[in-house]
Amino acid sequence: MSGEHLSLTLRVWRQDGPEDPGRFETYQLDNVNPHMSFLEMLDVLNEQLIESGDEPVEFDHDCREGICGMCSLMINGQAHGPDRATTTCQLHMRRFRSGDTITIEPWRASAFPVVRDLVVDRSAFDRIIQAGGYVSVNTGNAPDGNAIPVPGTVQETAMDAAACIGCGACVAACKNASAMLFVSAKVSQLAMLPQGQAERTRRVLGMVTQMDEEGFGACTNTSECEAACPAEISVSHIARLNREYVRAALTAG
Amino acid sequence: MARVASEPLNSRVPDGPIEQLWDRHRFNMKLVNPANKRKFRIIVVGTGLAGGAAAASLGELGYHVQAFCFQDSPRRAHSIAAQGGINAAKNYPNDGDSIWRLFYDTVKGGDYRAREANVYRLAQISNHIIDQCVAQGVPFAREYGGTLANRSFGGAQVSRTFYCRGQTGQQLLLGAYQAMMRQVQQGRVEVFARREMLELIVVDGLARGIVVRNMRTGQLETHTADAVVLCTGGYGNVFYLSTNAKGCNVTAAWRCCRRGAYFANPCYTQIHPTCIPVSGDYQSKLTLMSESLRNDGRVWVPKKAGDTRPPSEIPEDERDYYLERRYPSFGNLVPRDVASRAAKERCDAGYGVGETRLAVYLDFQDAIARDGVETIRRKYGNLFHMYQKITAENPYEVPMRIYPAVHYTMGGLWVDYNLMSTVPGLFVLGEANFSDHGANRLGASALMQGLSDGYFVIPYTIGDHLATASLPPVSEDHPACQEAVQAAEERLSRLMSVSGKRSVDSFHRALGQIMWDRCGMARNRSGLETAISEIRDLREQFWKDVRVPGSAGTLNQSLEKAGRVADFLEFAELLAIDALEREESCGGHFREEHQTEDGEARRNDEQFMHVAAWEFHGVGEEPTLHKEPLNFQYVPPTTRSYK
Ligand SMILES: Cc1cc2nc3c(=O)[nH]c(=O)nc-3n(C[C@H](O)[C@H](O)[C@H](O)COP(=O)(O)OP(=O)(O)OC[C@H]3O[C@@H](n4cnc5c(N)ncnc54)[C@H](O)[C@@H]3O)c2cc1C
Ligand code: FES
Repeated sequence: MSGEHLSLTLRVWRQDGPEDPGRFETYQLDNVNPHMSFLEMLDVLNEQLIESGDEPVEFDHDCREGICGMCSLMINGQAHGPDRATTTCQLHMRRFRSGDTITIEPWRASAFPVVRDLVVDRSAFDRIIQAGGYVSVNTGNAPDGNAIPVPGTVQETAMDAAACIGCGACVAACKNASAMLFVSAKVSQLAMLPQGQAERTRRVLGMVTQMDEEGFGACTNTSECEAACPAEISVSHIARLNREYVRAALTAG
Repeated sequence: MARVASEPLNSRVPDGPIEQLWDRHRFNMKLVNPANKRKFRIIVVGTGLAGGAAAASLGELGYHVQAFCFQDSPRRAHSIAAQGGINAAKNYPNDGDSIWRLFYDTVKGGDYRAREANVYRLAQISNHIIDQCVAQGVPFAREYGGTLANRSFGGAQVSRTFYCRGQTGQQLLLGAYQAMMRQVQQGRVEVFARREMLELIVVDGLARGIVVRNMRTGQLETHTADAVVLCTGGYGNVFYLSTNAKGCNVTAAWRCCRRGAYFANPCYTQIHPTCIPVSGDYQSKLTLMSESLRNDGRVWVPKKAGDTRPPSEIPEDERDYYLERRYPSFGNLVPRDVASRAAKERCDAGYGVGETRLAVYLDFQDAIARDGVETIRRKYGNLFHMYQKITAENPYEVPMRIYPAVHYTMGGLWVDYNLMSTVPGLFVLGEANFSDHGANRLGASALMQGLSDGYFVIPYTIGDHLATASLPPVSEDHPACQEAVQAAEERLSRLMSVSGKRSVDSFHRALGQIMWDRCGMARNRSGLETAISEIRDLREQFWKDVRVPGSAGTLNQSLEKAGRVADFLEFAELLAIDALEREESCGGHFREEHQTEDGEARRNDEQFMHVAAWEFHGVGEEPTLHKEPLNFQYVPPTTRSYK
């Protein structure tokens, strides 16, 4: 079961703060157990750095089970690394070979400024949701749950969209740093459900405007976002977002 | 070990028949005039189900709310990881459920150590939660006809669990988060992400604010308010390895305990039976495999101790389906505490499987043969996928290896019926309080409790406090604020200045090992006494030899962890003292001295039918035990039996 332990060369982006230009540092790491997760490998690197009197590499993470959306990292140029439908925290070292050089960088996008090392600021996503990503219903106002029937198939597609974990891999993977996949997932979920109908127009206009204000780029349909998405959000939601936007622009215009 | 207070603790449960308590109480509480609401400022610490729901609902009412979390976005609170589902007494399947049955099951499941009035209210509110979440657009599973689907969960005899695939917590949390974001847009809620609460500010005996560290800049910030609502989750990470997210901590609750809030039942911790076993010493966390798997999976170990054959080579008659053998009527669906102890018992006796021998099999062969691979894939595909990703084994072909892991903490800050702690103006919601689950929580009940507290309890009870307390303005230069800031500052610089040799993580691992070995699934007097002295030694070493690199003036995750581990090292001692003091076995607390001949838990209702709430007097000082007596007027205590 244990397999061969790995020796790796890590090229890690280090940046002291938002104003620091940043640089790559190279570290050698031996004895990496292939059953470790990628983040556990970084834990081991950090222990080694602390022991030798260096500062550990800062990286975001929390749940370590692929659902909170806190972990990020460009691994050899790929958002969340080489495995499909997998967050960095769920990527395991058995995916690599002894002797490999692994390059580790933060998400790169002007709307996601670097805070320190591999940690970036994704608060732009919160502001996009604030601009309309909800159903306006106060606590206490709801009818019985079964008073709003939702056909099983509609509900399944809505759930596919709702599965977005808000990690930002779509933005990081896109050469234009577009946030269309993220925005489309929420617009699409709520546009499909009866609960979302009343605010359909306002929602899509508000969210798209905010997305543009945050400095995300335009979508040129390369589908890199879908390939990188750990929650397997499909670009078909972008198509729905575009239809919703046109419809809303016509209605509102 | 402990001083005992002579006065019992008053839960302030109103009088009257249990069905009418909450209604009457809501009528009797004072209201805040709508025009005055915006003059009140409320701090909500934590944006999980409890905090997110509270911040949104309080904002809707017109209060000025400030919400804090340590993640980079409020959407990432640990509630997001809940898989299985949320209970409600809707009785949509028409299978005999009712508010009364949910109430009864929860009191019994908690092994008669919860407060009846709170549990009844929870069961009553459960139905409104589902309605609210549906209205927000939470995509609960549906039948083809469009009505809501239910499943049975955690051994319940009725199907009362609502779910969103294996991502129920995520969807409920996003519902609450979106409701809160709407209030941000309307200017009623302000969100402060990447902030860690380090102190509670108490002015004239009332909770009036908090001190937080801005984790991006390292700056300490003072925030004052008219009330503080703490929704900071559970303390499972005192064991280091748990199914909790890495950032889960006791710091916020512990800082409040140090300022006068009593900590109730810290020894009630839940060990979940179905988690992926530990595979090496680099392990940083454990992953839960949803309890729903026990609906179809069968748990077994080889009949022969030390059998190293692969599972496929062990014939049927050489397998011990020990849960089915010991508990013929509940079988694989016995509650969590029972299932966990049974797994430990088999492994301790030498029957464990896998490389470490600390695992049992959870086998789907029979279910696959009966229902076909496709059905099993539809039900559990995402879980099987996750299991395979982590272990590189295919559970469609070989049985899963599972072992119990720390999962949830029933203990928490003591609160009265209004969810107010012993510091007036400090309310505690969700997993951070102790209130509804007694000594053991049933599956799918934590999400229910968090949302009940946040959406439907605090909006009323906080009003009563604000309308009746005297709340003169408090500014940042009030001596109490300055004292709190200084305390936080001193602690941070003390942590930075130890400059020892050992990393924070190495201390956390060591603490976790002590807690797991001596304060885990089975406990006994001498082990607990040893634990207490080991914890003290470790704490001393920590303050002599910890190394926190970097500076306090930037993002510094080592410093964040150091503060949390320092608090765990103080809190762990209280947990062990509580476990030592409770001379009985109940729910998740199993004292080896108190068991029946066949190894089942033996409660001691005569002496221990109370909540143990601890008052802190200083590190290493004897705490004072305050008892809240429990009466079971409606669900008479019996021995929990799942045979
Ligand atoms: C893997 C897993 C699966 C689960 N599945 C289920 C299930 O199916 N059904 C069920 O009912 N329950 C389940 N539970 C339990 C349930 O998820 C939790 O009990 C519940 O979500 C806790 O919610 P909460 O709002 O109290 O706290 P949390 O969601 O933990 O939120 C805590 C909040 O407090 C903040 N915070 C904490 N400390 C500080 C601090 N010092 N300073 C500032 N902010 C702070 C955090 O940032 C966060 O926002 C599961 C738990 C786990 C671990
Ligand atoms: S740490 Fe939560 S998704 Fe990776």
